[in-house]
Amino acid sequence: MPNHTPFMKPYEEEVKSFSWEISKKELGYKDGDIINIGEYCSDRICRMGKSEKLALIWEGFTGEEKRYTFNDLRQLTNSIAKFLRDDLGIKPGDRVCLFMDKVPELYIGFLGVLKMGAIVQPLFSAFGPESLLTRLQDATTTAIFTQKKHLPKVRNILKDLPALKHIIVVDDDGAKPLKEHEVAFNMDKVERVDSFDVYPSTAETPSVLHYTSGTTGKPKGAQHVHYSLISQYITAKYVLDIRDDDIYWCTADPGWVTGTSYGIIGAWSNGTTQCVMDAGFKAETWYKFIAKHKITVWYSAPTAIRALMKEGTEVVKKFDLSSLRHLASVGEPLNAEAVIWSQEAFGMMFHDTFWQTETGCIVVSNYPGMKIKPGSMGKPFPGIEATVVDLKTFQPIERKGIVGMIALKPGWPSMIRTYWNNEVTYKSKFQNGWYLCGDRASIDEEGYFWFVGRDDDVINTGGHLVGPFEIESALLEHPAVAESAAIGKPDPINMEVVKAFITLKPGYNQDKMLELEIMNFVRKKLSALAMPQEIEFVDSLPKTRSGKIMRRVLRAKEWGEDIGDISTLENDM
Amino acid sequence: MAESVKDIVLEYVKNEYLEEGDDREITYDTPIISGGIVDSFSMVSLKVFLETKYNISIPDAKASPEAFDSVNNIITLLKEFGVQ
Repeated sequence: MPNHTPFMKPYEEEVKSFSWEISKKELGYKDGDIINIGEYCSDRICRMGKSEKLALIWEGFTGEEKRYTFNDLRQLTNSIAKFLRDDLGIKPGDRVCLFMDKVPELYIGFLGVLKMGAIVQPLFSAFGPESLLTRLQDATTTAIFTQKKHLPKVRNILKDLPALKHIIVVDDDGAKPLKEHEVAFNMDKVERVDSFDVYPSTAETPSVLHYTSGTTGKPKGAQHVHYSLISQYITAKYVLDIRDDDIYWCTADPGWVTGTSYGIIGAWSNGTTQCVMDAGFKAETWYKFIAKHKITVWYSAPTAIRALMKEGTEVVKKFDLSSLRHLASVGEPLNAEAVIWSQEAFGMMFHDTFWQTETGCIVVSNYPGMKIKPGSMGKPFPGIEATVVDLKTFQPIERKGIVGMIALKPGWPSMIRTYWNNEVTYKSKFQNGWYLCGDRASIDEEGYFWFVGRDDDVINTGGHLVGPFEIESALLEHPAVAESAAIGKPDPINMEVVKAFITLKPGYNQDKMLELEIMNFVRKKLSALAMPQEIEFVDSLPKTRSGKIMRRVLRAKEWGEDIGDISTLENDM
Repeated sequence: MAESVKDIVLEYVKNEYLEEGDDREITYDTPIISGGIVDSFSMVSLKVFLETKYNISIPDAKASPEAFDSVNNIITLLKEFGVQ
């Protein structure tokens, strides 16, 4: 294992000298130039002499393996871009959804869509029809890539999606005839296109639309632009420390922002070989994967790390994991115990990183070479001004150790430019010249950030944000449910899981079968993430005098916290 | 003849976790967790089903992805609780 000197200078020194111009210079980009993420991650890497270098090593759950070089990536992204533009008539700016498991077509398709100028909309393949419908309707999506297994979900909602003209099936085997609007596209058999006129996108051209949940209303489409590359390239290099000889594994699904910013753009814009495993979680399978492919840099999530921790260190010893040299984590705060355990299990600590869909790149982190304080989020990325602000005045809190809301000074390249069709909500995120993250933290004497919790009712489960409103709306569609409230309850693996409080309509009695029926009802409608892991049947829900359900009262009781001001509470609990 | 526990569990997995129209074949040995048919979040509903159906309580420590990774594994787990 080579002993690398971190790319980043010692932190304080780097903060003084860092400029985004460093990233632009390394990428050969000048303000006003054409910048297309698809081209930068494939053609540019080939021009650098890495055509035959492996870009992707993919493994399915049966052990099936596929390998693609950067030249394969270049040609196949051309093929996809040409197919969309010339065969289907997709126009620049149209929304093209990727609704697939972690198959090669998802990763390569992402760049192909960008190359022809459309906006790529990745969606988590475990979403149920209602979650899918909401997001496709909001984006007025024109085309969707999917697999046979997910086709029924798309077919079921097609009648409510007048804008959706093309359903592209990537694994059609001809066994069953495709229906109207459906077309087969087999990437492994498609004609390789060697030359394609990449869409001349510029810095502010929309690139990726990632949907994220809020406390109220429908999920919001966070709209990124091609200029985000400037942040994603350099943070992948400086924070994740990926370099030419690395084999990198980002475990995130590209249905979420980590899976695209660092599971596609960060890795490939650096010309790094990355591995993808399309399989469910199993400790031994994961370790075997690392050992087999000699993975050196591993970017994972606290939920997975805690699940591995639960399996113990004995299983780790069965595998040769000596290739590993840098570990990082994202999704929710990584607890100190997990950081310390990783030192014991792998001989090195996981470096926690903090960022959001809206920030597009890592904004607060522990860096290679910097002292890790287990349980801390680390320090702001050089080039990003971060602080905590008072929750009422939105002024930065000068005193150390006082909890406020994490706030960032706008202006870094990968900040989203708006929420799709929802500029009002986007603007509401800014106060007193700061972008408010919605998370609370404190800063210690040495400038390390310490996460405290969300400042709203959004549930962070397994690193994914789930909106209570969506869950409650789905619950109300069940015939037995009169009223509902959804909150996050503490969970040792996932940090939070969904818990629902329900009042029943007359004629229904609470029992375990009904609880199970309601759980499955939400799972099938929305997703397994949104499924309540526990349902508590109650006679009434705490409400304000105006009738609004007070989720914070339920949450405080669940977490054993102070309930706070309940002067507006209508009923006794 | 009464349906065996094995068949009841297999049918439940097929009916609840495969999308309508998803014609993948699931056998007693099919990896359902590592194979991505039932994810770690959905596993909770499968656990609640087993507990409710057989009137047992499976401690979280026993409800590992390995223990739920196939119908055969689940049957082995259920036997520990006297269900066969």
